[in-house]
Amino acid sequence: MNNLALPLTVFMMEVFHFIGGVGLLSRDVFRETIHGRIYFKLIAEQIYQIGMRSLPLIVITAVSIGMVMSLQFGLGLEKFGGKLYVPKLLAVTILREMGPVFTSLMLAARVGAGIASEIGSMVVTQQIDAIRALGTSPIKKIVIPRVLACLVTLPILVSIANLVGNLGGLIVGATELNLDPNFYLLKVMTTSSIQDYLSGFAKTFFFALFIAIPSCYFGLNVKAGTKEVGIATTKAVVVSSILIVVGDFFLSKLFWIVEKMI
Amino acid sequence: MSNERNGVIEVVDFHKSFGSKKVHQGVSFYVRKGECLGLIGGSGTGKSVLLRSLVGLEKPDNGQILINGTDITPMNETQLIEVRKKVAYAFQGGALFDSMSVYENLAYPLREHFKFSEQEIAKQIHDQLQEFGLPGSENLLPGNLSGGMQKRVGLARAMMMHPEVVLYDEPTAGLDPYNTKRIQESILNLKAKGVTSILVTHDMPTVYAVCDKVALLLNGKIGEQYTIEKLKQEPAGVMSQFINGESA
Repeated sequence: MNNLALPLTVFMMEVFHFIGGVGLLSRDVFRETIHGRIYFKLIAEQIYQIGMRSLPLIVITAVSIGMVMSLQFGLGLEKFGGKLYVPKLLAVTILREMGPVFTSLMLAARVGAGIASEIGSMVVTQQIDAIRALGTSPIKKIVIPRVLACLVTLPILVSIANLVGNLGGLIVGATELNLDPNFYLLKVMTTSSIQDYLSGFAKTFFFALFIAIPSCYFGLNVKAGTKEVGIATTKAVVVSSILIVVGDFFLSKLFWIVEKMI
Repeated sequence: MSNERNGVIEVVDFHKSFGSKKVHQGVSFYVRKGECLGLIGGSGTGKSVLLRSLVGLEKPDNGQILINGTDITPMNETQLIEVRKKVAYAFQGGALFDSMSVYENLAYPLREHFKFSEQEIAKQIHDQLQEFGLPGSENLLPGNLSGGMQKRVGLARAMMMHPEVVLYDEPTAGLDPYNTKRIQESILNLKAKGVTSILVTHDMPTVYAVCDKVALLLNGKIGEQYTIEKLKQEPAGVMSQFINGESA
């Protein structure tokens, strides 16, 4: 029993330490965003790094998921004569869940790892200390541009993924399921609503924070050595991914309640 | 206390621990305007931690750090900005921003704290690189510089805001005699301009060349303190043992 208690205690301490640290970092980010100078050039650079450079990965992932899901839905529903429902099912699934969640997971893997390792390396080489010693704030110079860039780019990337994912579904629908492309397109347009789109779109702002803040936190908390940079990178990806998938359930539930109220 | 000693930097009863390890247990010293204090001691005695605390990069557990008579220990990051404009820190490895060129590194403090035109910034950087023996290196990235050049660029960047105090963290560590000499000259040039400084080092020839007094950090306190003249004439006690490699 004692053998289990110690690692569990250490794990719980780490969890509480993480929650407290992320809370304090979020407070500093909010406070320093609304006070003083905003570095638009740095934000633009990060938008390019995070957004533009992730675009090929997002497009390939989205089109593949759209094609696979279209095929699976088609094969499954064909047995019950429900192949015609593939466009509607696929569109709603992509808009509400698959687009936002898969795009965010891809971004967590690519960008979260990049943020944590870059900041961690800056800590090890004393560049973060240098920013402070030169009378400037690492929150303003390093963290805020990355957080704002994620908040700007992720919704755009998800919108592109939604479009491309449905396109992938249409291609498979037309070639493998023998559905008329015009019929497919018409069904997507008429059966998916703006609520479907907004429900997924609204989640992306939360997911952006789930990626950027923990990644910056783990990077900034590297103490010394390249080994810790690697550990921070792994933690950033794992924690961001968990926050996205767990957070998705609660956000879906929340938006479902809100939709019912409207 | 500040007025009596006229200390630009005063450290009073400084305590710092990391976990159960007590690194500093009541360090006290002062440095007058224009003086250079050499801070020596064995590895792991907390010289760099003490130096980092003087610019607010570390917080002491107890004690005071007075810069021009003002205690900086209770200050937050925003309040410390004004202190950091006056107290420059020259990092051991230069700590240059590796994604920026030498020019951008030197321009960084000017763009952050002053409203100079780009022409004025370019002129100041050109003059600074001349002074530190680095002309023509504006467009190089830190990765393309030698260790000695990185340290000199780091020192040049620290001096861009014309600070009253400079803290040197092992500025000559790992350098060849030529680059060591260049760093010594840079420190002496700054000293001639009235800059107060603290030099953390293991390099005794540099201490003899640039410092006015030397303090030995031992067992978490200032073990002994000598003026350079006295040290040259009659080194004794633990300071002598440390310098001669007879004790850590």
